[in-house]
Amino acid sequence: MNWVIDIVLLALLMFTAVTIARLRGLFSAAIVAGIYSLLGACWMSVLDQPDVAFTEAAVGAGISTVLILVTLSLTTSEEKEPKHTPLLPLVVVLITGAALIYGTIDMPRLGDPQAPTNLHVAPRYIEESPHEIGVPNLVTAVLASYRGYDTLGETAVILTAGVGVMILLGGARRRRWRADDDKRDRA
Amino acid sequence: MFAAAMIAILTTMALALFRAALGPTVFDRVMAMNSFGTSTVLFIAVLGFLNGRPDFLDLALVYALINFIATIAVLKYFKYGDLAETGRRDPSEDTAS
Repeated sequence: MNWVIDIVLLALLMFTAVTIARLRGLFSAAIVAGIYSLLGACWMSVLDQPDVAFTEAAVGAGISTVLILVTLSLTTSEEKEPKHTPLLPLVVVLITGAALIYGTIDMPRLGDPQAPTNLHVAPRYIEESPHEIGVPNLVTAVLASYRGYDTLGETAVILTAGVGVMILLGGARRRRWRADDDKRDRA
Repeated sequence: MFAAAMIAILTTMALALFRAALGPTVFDRVMAMNSFGTSTVLFIAVLGFLNGRPDFLDLALVYALINFIATIAVLKYFKYGDLAETGRRDPSEDTAS
């Protein structure tokens, strides 16, 4: 049963991606991109990654759609006809995809008990973290202490992204309001 | 039993996706996205029971809670053309005109 789910989900993901690339109405493309995120969330929960799935659904389907809509309200909602042929981008995408697939050949299979993470890393965290960190929750110990700098970096990235979005969208919106005010004053 | 439910949910997802891809109006696509979100909630719930580990059932509940945000944003954008609109008229516009 599981391989049926895998194949159907991946086929739907591919179909959605092609649909997004072919749509010219940006409003429709934003909606289909939301569907793509929901499919990605399904796929992540099939892979036993509920935290990634949740982030994907909240950020991809929730926040991103709203941000794209705000951008559309500041610009136009119709994509211009491309002037160049899509041949070069297609080649770049194919080469990148081939490189990524080549990279997965060395990876251990999903849930393999002989994988290095399950042989050395996980047992050490389970055995040592109560003495070393003293936090009863193992996940918290890994996130906040063993990977403390990683988490700090992530927080900095998210803060930067949020500030960037506020400056870009909020700044453009404020300029437009000011232009409206000027027009009204002149009238 | 759960396998049959899973097949039905995947079929629903595919049908909603085709409606979102074909259109023709924006409202078809909004409707497709909304029903796709509901299918996602059901998918995660049924997947847990299918694999015998319904531990992440609460995740499906939280999905159901955030499912409406994008739909409301799309509909608000469609009605007002701007997400910052409050829906009430600005009283200063009456005096300006």
